[in-house]
Amino acid sequence: MHGQPRKPLNPDDDAASIAKAAKLRNLQSQLLHNHHNKIYTKEALEISWKLLELNPEIYTGWNYRKLAVEHNLQAKTDPESIKSIVDEELKLVETALSRNYKSYGAWHHRKWILNKGFSSFDHEFRLLNKFQKADSRNFHAWNYRRFVTAMKNIPEKEELQYTTDMINSNFSNYSAWHNRSVILSNLLKRKAEGFTSKENVLAEEYDLVHQAVFVDPDDQSGWFYHLWLLEQTVTPDAPMLVSSWPIHDSDMIVSFKSNLDETLLSTSTRYCSESGTFPLILYFNQPVEGVSSSTVTVNFMFCKEDLLWRPLSTTNSKKSHAWVTHLKFPDKEDNSSKVYPVEVRLGHSQGIISSSGSHYNFPSRFAFKVTLQCVELEAAEGGSGMKMLDWGDGSFQICEDLPLDLSPILSLDQLKISRNHEPTALHFLIETITTEIALFRELLLEIKCCKIGKLTLARLLIAHDAIMTYNTPVEYKKVNTEEVLELFTDLMKLDPTHSSYYKDEHSLVLMEKVISNRKSMSKHCFFYGGSSSSNLCNSVCLRLNKLSLSKIGSFEHLLWVQMLDLSHNELHSIEGLEAMQLLSSLNLGYNRFSSFTALEPLRSLQTLKVLDISYNEIGVHSIDTTRYLCSSPLSHTVEDNCDFDEYARDDVKIADTWEAVMFFKGLQLRQLNMTGNAISDDNFRILLLKLLPKLKWLDGKGVH
Amino acid sequence: MDLLSGELEVEKHVKYILSIEKKKDSFESVAMEHLRMNGAYWGLTTLDLLGKIETVDQDEVISWVMQCQHESGGFAGNVGHDPHILYTLSAVQVLALFDKLDVLDVDKLSDCILWLNFMEKNAATFSPCLLDRKLDICGLQNEDGSFSGDIWGEVDTRFSYIAICCLSLLHRLDKINTEKAVEYIVSCQNLDGGFGCTPGGESHAGQIFCCVSALAITGSLYHIDKDLLGWWLCERQLKSGGLNGRPEKLPDVCYSWWVLTSLILIDRVHWIDKVKLARFILDCQDKENGGISDRPDDAVDVFHTYFGVAGLSLLEYPGLKAIDPAHALPVDVINKIFFDRK
Ligand SMILES: [Zn+2]
Repeated sequence: MHGQPRKPLNPDDDAASIAKAAKLRNLQSQLLHNHHNKIYTKEALEISWKLLELNPEIYTGWNYRKLAVEHNLQAKTDPESIKSIVDEELKLVETALSRNYKSYGAWHHRKWILNKGFSSFDHEFRLLNKFQKADSRNFHAWNYRRFVTAMKNIPEKEELQYTTDMINSNFSNYSAWHNRSVILSNLLKRKAEGFTSKENVLAEEYDLVHQAVFVDPDDQSGWFYHLWLLEQTVTPDAPMLVSSWPIHDSDMIVSFKSNLDETLLSTSTRYCSESGTFPLILYFNQPVEGVSSSTVTVNFMFCKEDLLWRPLSTTNSKKSHAWVTHLKFPDKEDNSSKVYPVEVRLGHSQGIISSSGSHYNFPSRFAFKVTLQCVELEAAEGGSGMKMLDWGDGSFQICEDLPLDLSPILSLDQLKISRNHEPTALHFLIETITTEIALFRELLLEIKCCKIGKLTLARLLIAHDAIMTYNTPVEYKKVNTEEVLELFTDLMKLDPTHSSYYKDEHSLVLMEKVISNRKSMSKHCFFYGGSSSSNLCNSVCLRLNKLSLSKIGSFEHLLWVQMLDLSHNELHSIEGLEAMQLLSSLNLGYNRFSSFTALEPLRSLQTLKVLDISYNEIGVHSIDTTRYLCSSPLSHTVEDNCDFDEYARDDVKIADTWEAVMFFKGLQLRQLNMTGNAISDDNFRILLLKLLPKLKWLDGKGVH
Repeated sequence: MDLLSGELEVEKHVKYILSIEKKKDSFESVAMEHLRMNGAYWGLTTLDLLGKIETVDQDEVISWVMQCQHESGGFAGNVGHDPHILYTLSAVQVLALFDKLDVLDVDKLSDCILWLNFMEKNAATFSPCLLDRKLDICGLQNEDGSFSGDIWGEVDTRFSYIAICCLSLLHRLDKINTEKAVEYIVSCQNLDGGFGCTPGGESHAGQIFCCVSALAITGSLYHIDKDLLGWWLCERQLKSGGLNGRPEKLPDVCYSWWVLTSLILIDRVHWIDKVKLARFILDCQDKENGGISDRPDDAVDVFHTYFGVAGLSLLEYPGLKAIDPAHALPVDVINKIFFDRK
């Protein structure tokens, strides 16, 4: 029941209601009787008419009418009789809709009868006008309108004009804006006459939506349309490669088969491999599919057979921003340091496709050198002296103080690929964004506390910086960052209901600010081990701790990171982290992770050895917000659950532990800290040791 | 949320739900008779979330549910009415609540669902004799991957969700072409990130719940732009704390379910103010006679009572059982189905 007042029972109303109910009950039982006995006489039909008129929701009544139509049509062949049968149904539907224009059964009955082909669609616009006037947001009527226009082959341009008229008579009609976006994207997609220039079309649409947003900035109808236009404007159709690992022009030193702790031996240009393979990662500006040995050419002397590329995504998606393959090295112990060039080329043939169906079509190439090294150094204490990793401040020394060239890591504009905006398109893009920025600044001068004004301005400024970064040949300095951060801070206060949304956006901008700039990034790069370590080279740790980040991003800049400290933030999700394939040590302590399913991205990190998830909220919450975002029997993404039985015990139910089993099973952790979570108890400890046979340290103590 | 503890009138809501069955004479209750199966699901799930399911006579309920089963396998909204996928899911859910799915002929039921997958093609040439044929969830999937609600061919993403959820509960999801089913749902995705009934249909929170849940159960949530849809959904929260179902509409308790589940499934529920929403739901209680209404001071019904209590469960309101956002049953019931298979 909707919109009916809660009133004390009035005896008169009560009596009237009981009488009406008795009538309805009587009609209903007669209908069911006729239905079960297949009685389709005039009198019987009359009863169903009365019933549906009184309550159009009784679906069996509509089914009965359809059977009656089928039955009665069998006996008739002359057009007059057929017409009268059909007209009767159309009339009944209209009567029923007048009682309840949201009745699914009535609208479907009309479609069903018209689909029989005995009647023209000529009266349908009259009916639609009636119901669209009564409620211009009635989605049943709008759906029916799309059905009718398709059946009558009404040109899309006419329907577009209809939405213009509806919008002009009331800017607040979201249904009309929605239908407009549907029609317009069809017209643009098939490049219909008058719609070949996306730029011209978009320019006109901006004019229209400005009227809506500026007339009443609190009305949401224009908001989503404006955002859609902005996305149409800034998102290039074709996907682009934005970063890779290794980076262009780098000299990699790869050592493997060493008995050293590789977490302590790796730096940005040094990679230690246990398996004799070496990852190659491509990162695109949008999720793509079709990365394979036929779309990406890798020239490398040991590369004999086709490389297998894997999308980096937490679910079984075939699309991803990031793709990885592994280069194999020959299995020989050779101490000579030889240099091997590797060249990667893509975009020469079609096949890498974005979600919108556009192909990657810009020939690109990058190259790097690999020096193989078989390290047989004495490990700190004769090979067995692996130490527990200590995340304390004392273990780190800032990189700035050390004489090491960090430029290969920090060179972010490494991929010199021809960008895919045509000069005229680029001109339009920059001009549009600039105009929009000016307009929204003006709006904010008039109305200081305009939520949508501030949010849109922030989005425009972000888009502006992004375009300039990708399209300016010399390193572009993001000029809008501070203003954007300030806008999101304002929004948190202005609209506290949605403050977490603004906080997440704020965090993404903040994180980008920290790592997309050479100078600020170097303030967060530390050497692990410091002077106390006797190793020749030390691990570089990116420390993004204590930044009050609630969300992380900018993974395209982080592909090189092997050691990452994200502790003491406000994170509850690491969506996208699966792209960081080189990670071997990760600190997520003191955050807000509330389940193992939230850590799903880590499952695809084959090299992860050290994990700290202490002092989070695992086990505290009854509702798991990543329950269906991970591989599990619930989402039908694992074959069966026989794996779980292995870990079940009389006193441990699978239902309580499946998340932990799914998460830890594939990991090769050597060190784990998860103190300070609600879930840790003795039974859980036993389960962990069973799941992680290579574990050496648990919660700061040796396990053996 | 703990601050609001004690404000939920548990005993009164239980009493209200149990009383519905007794008030059969009002026009409203007769008008709802044809969807009594839905009513049973709403009422019983609410009782279970409140920890009071044992107050009903389980055998009586199950025997009535089974009387609603059509010979084809599908369930009707009430005895004597026609089978429809809408009531088939409710019937399966009610049986699941009582851990009695074993009373079903699971293969017969799921075969029928498959049949509904081919309805659109058949509807045009439909003849009454088809009525006697098998009819149920598997039978409702059409060539384009969509599902019909019954033999009469109405197509809607609601029916896609129902078919998928039903088959998932019966461990028979492998019977349908899930890839096609997902493809159809994705074709109903809009430029605001939401979903409509059919391709081109306007986004609506109820429809979004159906599509997002169907994608969740089939492991296909990667088709969703979580930030875009998440923003649209979190903007459903109004100053009163309540949620609406589309832009520029009034808030309503039932959207607590549809919007909240969708936000939870895409991990964006922190973008709304949970305490304010709980406050709104609690303000819609009839504190005297029990039950929850769409808005404060409106007339209560079992539908909004369920969505209010289920919404509070999703908000982790103290003392309530947790509910699974995709399968729409208590988490312990779902865990039993998926993890206690013997
Ligand atoms: Zn409602």
